[in-house]
Amino acid sequence: MLTISLTHYVVLSALLFSIGLFGVFTKRNAVAVLICIELMLNAVNINLVAFSKYITPTDFTGQIFSIFVITVAAAEVGVGLAIIIAIYRNRLNVDLDNFDWLKW
Amino acid sequence: MLVEFAMMHAWLVPLLPALAFLVIVFLTRPFEKLSAVVAVGAMAISCVIASFAAYGIFTNHEYAEKPLVYAAKWLSLGVPGVTDNLLVQVGVQLDPVSAMMMFMVSFIATFIFLYSVGYMEGDPGYSVFFSYLSLFGASMLLLVISSNLLQMFIAWELVGLCSYLLIGFYTHKISAREAAKKAFVTCRVADFGLLLGLLALQITFGTLNLVELGEKIHHFEEYTTMGMLTLIAVLVFIGPIGKSGQFPLHVWLPDAMEGPTPVSALIHAATMVVAGVYLVGRTMFLFHEVESAMQLVAVTGAFTALFAATIALTQREIKRILAYSTVSQLGYMMLALGVGSLTASMFHLWTHAFFKALMFLAAGSVLHALHHKADVWEMGGLIKKMPITGWTFVIGGLAIAGIPPFAGFWSKDEILVSTLAEGHYVLFAMAAFTAFLTAFYMWRMIFLAFFGDEKPENHPHESPWTMTVPLIVLAVGAIGAGWLGTPWHNLWAEWIYFGHPHHAAANYGAMLLSIVLAGGGIYLAYTMYLKDAQKKRARRMAEWFGPVYRMLYNKYYIDELYLWFNHALVDGAARLFYLFDIYVVDGIVNGIGALTKSSGDGLRVFQTGRLQNYALIFFLGVLAVAVLVTFTGPSAFSLVLGGVK
Repeated sequence: MLTISLTHYVVLSALLFSIGLFGVFTKRNAVAVLICIELMLNAVNINLVAFSKYITPTDFTGQIFSIFVITVAAAEVGVGLAIIIAIYRNRLNVDLDNFDWLKW
Repeated sequence: MLVEFAMMHAWLVPLLPALAFLVIVFLTRPFEKLSAVVAVGAMAISCVIASFAAYGIFTNHEYAEKPLVYAAKWLSLGVPGVTDNLLVQVGVQLDPVSAMMMFMVSFIATFIFLYSVGYMEGDPGYSVFFSYLSLFGASMLLLVISSNLLQMFIAWELVGLCSYLLIGFYTHKISAREAAKKAFVTCRVADFGLLLGLLALQITFGTLNLVELGEKIHHFEEYTTMGMLTLIAVLVFIGPIGKSGQFPLHVWLPDAMEGPTPVSALIHAATMVVAGVYLVGRTMFLFHEVESAMQLVAVTGAFTALFAATIALTQREIKRILAYSTVSQLGYMMLALGVGSLTASMFHLWTHAFFKALMFLAAGSVLHALHHKADVWEMGGLIKKMPITGWTFVIGGLAIAGIPPFAGFWSKDEILVSTLAEGHYVLFAMAAFTAFLTAFYMWRMIFLAFFGDEKPENHPHESPWTMTVPLIVLAVGAIGAGWLGTPWHNLWAEWIYFGHPHHAAANYGAMLLSIVLAGGGIYLAYTMYLKDAQKKRARRMAEWFGPVYRMLYNKYYIDELYLWFNHALVDGAARLFYLFDIYVVDGIVNGIGALTKSSGDGLRVFQTGRLQNYALIFFLGVLAVAVLVTFTGPSAFSLVLGGVK
């Protein structure tokens, strides 16, 4: 009988985080990068909830914290999408390779 | 009443010319005649006050023993009781020496100012000239009456400044500008020694007041050692070497003749250049204690006297000959101080002021008439057209050669006798030989310029009264100024002396010797330059002694030596430092710049502007920290965070 332990959650979270990270580094499309950031944030949420359940089952600090993360992530996506739309209106594409204006 | 007032207000004597300077500079500069009146008037009033003050001093013998001093606090430094309180005073010290100097300076200055009224006629800088002259008069009189050495040093520098301004008065002449610079720099070199000496005096004895210093140095063993005192005396003596044109810093004085002639007469013959002699005379209490310093003074003086006299033998320009004779006579004064006779030194200073100012003014009158043709070989027979100038010059010549009863005879005789009485036979021989040379070169000049055949290309004319009146007055001085100190009734020695009054008894042998030497010199000049109309013998002499003649004519190549020294050492060092500056200093500065620039170039490639690259680097950084914490434990991590436990 396979019982689901903390390790499983942590491994899942690590995998999810790594996939998100990889996407952030490699995706050309800005919208895809935003989606990958969401993946990473959710990996963190899983971590928070899992540790809360297994280590301090009586407190709900982890769960409460992850609600905060979701709220902030929603706001962040809102701002991020607004920026991407603004860039798109300017340039008619959202390819990150073109966005190297922060150079010297 | 008046005498009382003058004695208590002797500070007015330098103040009035100083005010005249300010008035001319700020108010009357556009009005030339008014400026001249202000300058001459202020000096004349000073002269009157000085005369009354001198009268007061010379009628009360107390002041010869105990000088009349009054001083006010100028400033004090230091915390009382904690550090030594440095009190600096300004004050007046009247005794026979300073009263004599004050009278002499203001008297001669008055007549030279008057002479300048005519001499400077038509000069574009007329008012400026009188303002400088007034400033000089003020500074010199301040120097003379100073009650402490610091005040004296300030005045000493001020007269140096005026000398610079007046030598370079003809700013359009390059030679005048160069001469002014040379005079200033040479004197500065010497003043540095004097300043060090004064500092050492202040540090050792805690005061610069002449009276206090005199008392303290008398018991110098309580304060310092003999070696230190010798050092101080030598340092103090360096100042007079420069100011009074003693060897080897005499080079500036002949060049100073580039200035207008009244300046040469006033500053570079009668007053400023004797400031050095006066300073040594004032600090006689210091030199008196140090036997070796006295010998240095005596030897420097005697050597300078002889040295300058030999140069004067071959010079051609009238003012240059007079300049070397001034150097030579200053050497006499130093010699007299060195053998311990303040009396003889001050006496010669007094008579010299009259006859040398006279001769310079007469020379100026000649230059004025000949439109600044200065070579004596191109003059001749001037006495017929310029009788007053000519005969007063002859009187000056007789006085400096030492023919009785003219002034120079008595003072020179006093010096010779004092030297002999102290047993300095070598110095006596040098001084006596110098007397012979002096008579010779002076009369060479007089015979060439004033007698003999007239030169048709010259059209001389006698000068206006403002120039001839001072000549006549000074000629009277050149005749009679020496009668104060005849060996039979030496009024001078009763008043001006160091320690206790003494003077050598009449030494008829020395007197006869100096008359014979002077007469011989004049006769030799007569046979060579007047009787021999073609000057054949003079030319033959110059040919026979070719190398010697050239060496003397070129002033022993001292100027060239200094120039070479300047080139080799100063310029050489400058070149070395230039290389250091170019390669080391600039190298460091440029190197730092280049390092910054190249490191910036290297680091620039990391800034791609792509967010994803930045994120990757960020991630790698976090990873590195995580690895570090994993493998070395949290302490290293806390180290990274700045010591958080």
